[in-house]
Amino acid sequence: MDILFSLIDGIMIALQPMNLGLAIVGVIVGLFVGAMPGLGSVNGVAILLPFTFVIHNISGGATSPMIFLAAVYYGAMYGGAISSVALGIPGASTAVATTFDGRPLALQGRAHIALMAAALASFAGATISNVLFTAFAPMLASVALDFGNPEIFALMLLAFATFAGLGGDDVAKTIFSICFGLALSAVGFDIISGEPRLLFFDIQGFSHGIRFLVLAIGIYGIAEMLWTLNSARGDSSISKVDVSFASMFEAMSRFRHAWRGTLIGSALGFFVGLLPAAGATPASLMSYGIAKMTSRDSKNFGKGALDGVAAPEAANNSASTGAMLPMMTLGIPGSPTTAVLLAGMVIWGLEPGPLLFTEQPDFVWPLIGSFYISNFVAVLVNIAFIPLFLWMLRMPFTILVPLVFVLSVVGTYAAYMNMFDVWLMVLVGIGGFFMRMMNYPVAPAVLAIVLGPIAEPTLRQTLMQYETFTVFLTRPIAGPITIAAIFLILLPMVRPLIARIRGGRAGAKGI
Amino acid sequence: MKKLLKIVTMAAALGTASLGLSVPAFAWQPDKPINFIIMAGKGGGADKMARLMQSIVEKDSLASRPLVPVNKSGGSGAEALIAAKSSNDPNHTIMVTLNSFYTTPLRQPGLDVDVLQFAPIARMAEDTFLLWVHADTGITTFEQWLDVARNEGRNWVMGGTGSNSEDNIITDFLNTNYGLDMKYIPYKGGGAVAKDVAGKQINSSVNNPSEAIGFWQSGDMVPLVAFTDERLPMFPDVPTLREKGGDFSYFMQRSVVGAPGMSPEAADYYSTLFAQVFASEGWQDYRTKKSLMGELMSGDELTAYWKLQRNNHESILRASGAIK
Repeated sequence: MDILFSLIDGIMIALQPMNLGLAIVGVIVGLFVGAMPGLGSVNGVAILLPFTFVIHNISGGATSPMIFLAAVYYGAMYGGAISSVALGIPGASTAVATTFDGRPLALQGRAHIALMAAALASFAGATISNVLFTAFAPMLASVALDFGNPEIFALMLLAFATFAGLGGDDVAKTIFSICFGLALSAVGFDIISGEPRLLFFDIQGFSHGIRFLVLAIGIYGIAEMLWTLNSARGDSSISKVDVSFASMFEAMSRFRHAWRGTLIGSALGFFVGLLPAAGATPASLMSYGIAKMTSRDSKNFGKGALDGVAAPEAANNSASTGAMLPMMTLGIPGSPTTAVLLAGMVIWGLEPGPLLFTEQPDFVWPLIGSFYISNFVAVLVNIAFIPLFLWMLRMPFTILVPLVFVLSVVGTYAAYMNMFDVWLMVLVGIGGFFMRMMNYPVAPAVLAIVLGPIAEPTLRQTLMQYETFTVFLTRPIAGPITIAAIFLILLPMVRPLIARIRGGRAGAKGI
Repeated sequence: MKKLLKIVTMAAALGTASLGLSVPAFAWQPDKPINFIIMAGKGGGADKMARLMQSIVEKDSLASRPLVPVNKSGGSGAEALIAAKSSNDPNHTIMVTLNSFYTTPLRQPGLDVDVLQFAPIARMAEDTFLLWVHADTGITTFEQWLDVARNEGRNWVMGGTGSNSEDNIITDFLNTNYGLDMKYIPYKGGGAVAKDVAGKQINSSVNNPSEAIGFWQSGDMVPLVAFTDERLPMFPDVPTLREKGGDFSYFMQRSVVGAPGMSPEAADYYSTLFAQVFASEGWQDYRTKKSLMGELMSGDELTAYWKLQRNNHESILRASGAIK
């Protein structure tokens, strides 16, 4: 009951004119930053951090600047989906999975349905995780502590297992794609020994590793456009959408078909977001994988399934709230964005850690209140802007293709301020195009490069500490997760067997 | 068009003039954003400190051009050292460093980095190290810890940031001098190490106070001994290793350095800038809260300090076999 009163108090403070105004401005800024290819919530929050000192001076407290940054964070999470759907380039790393089905939907002339589903799923994901956060924050902090290296590795294994089924029917090509992604994720410096490895031709640019966005923009920006050029041969393949109230309402009513993906994304996103080291990008990819595996209609995934848009979008918003929890209660950021927020809190003189909730209730509750408000503002603003984003799709093909190339280059440069990464992105794009020509699925490679840097150190740290593989099976939390993962990996091999047995029985009945 | 150009030029001249009035005259001033390299990943102790410096500069309008932070954490700082060394504009490139500033060039001679070539701008602090365990172990003194760790042998697990790093050096010292056989597990950052001590995933750590303070306040983590010369004001009841008879103390430098090739005028400018940051209320407050030590140091004094520290680290790493 105390929690409820604190929350209502917090919401009232978040609704004060200045705080509400900051939330609205923050959401709009975040939405556009997120919609820019390459720029995501981390860029938005980092760029605007200095501006919050002005707010801090005016308001005299840490609450208003933090509300502003949290609003930017939310806005960017919503915005990421926009360019994923409308242009086919992931707006941010968190929205890569949204392109898998969002882009096909746009090509079929159903962009309005995809954008609406993304907005509503984001809203649902954020709301569900806000409620979980409010009710269980202190308790969940200890869950994060229970996740040591063996548990996190088991979870990564599960994520890979869900993706073994993602590449379509050709398991061998999927596994090749995962291994290729893992090899790319190993470029840079060995975390354990500190030694450089796989620095091709001793080029300095490889020393920070191959960045995820370089890969994602290359594959989904450049390779996708090359593919479109190759298959469309000049005629416009992008269907236009009529923007009218009727079509918007139709889009809203279609959302009821996406409830499964939304629920999976919301629950899994929150949980993965809680774990330090993970964050919204793995959460959205895993949710996509699980939504696909458990769907009756899994054949349709990758060709324009609404659940395939809803699951990652619900998950990345849900994970954003989830990632606030270890940041606030343990002082450990779960994602790059929360790392910047943490720096902000330290600068305003707050001490994130196990005692934050008890010692700084005047800061914590208005902030939590503002999560609810920002989320509400974000969904309204987002829906209001959908017609504007659809207008992007009306661009003639001859303008759109060069525009995507330009945005891919600018977006990569904006993210890392480095020409090497731009060239690498173009190279990856060309490579991705040929992978597609030869029917290799690219999504598993993308997943591998996100999860590889988490899976590798946790596996090696576990083996150094316990000196045995059995620890993954014997620990109470890691055990069940590992078994589930192994089961999922074996499933594609067992399935034909089961089918044969069943087929045999049916045949016997027939006689 | 010409007229417009004239107006713009005049406005620019006026702007420069008024700027000259408000800021003390320097032989050199930055004329574009300053590249502020952080030798560590986002969210760690070094990163938090660097962002605090940046925000103080921003908040108190200490510099005429903004500091633009860039994290370069690859290879225990090798990536940052190379970036600073190969900068094509050394006057606008500064870097926040840790002890990897000495250890990484020692361990990787191939980098061809000589730390004495960097411009000595300011040593902002020396961070301290303590030995931590989980409260549930029941261990309250260093002697008890030695007994338990000795009995556990290889099963006693110490977590730390990176290989051959500060944490690894302290662990090696304890292993060799106290007959221990602890296993050292390298992590990516100090925050993750503290979290795993608090979650009982590992047995102990040598975290900086800033990394463990939250779990200490909540009663999860207990400090047993400080690797300092005198007791820390924040932990008056925690003895130093010297009191316990060990001849060892160890600090982490937090210095701002200029890229090799920086002009002396530019180095002067940055030294004055960071002296202002050091004196600011925000920085002094942070020092107290995070139990930082070490006075401000710059110029030749700082170069001499680096030389001494580098030689110390060389003998430490040689003794542990990390370098030959």
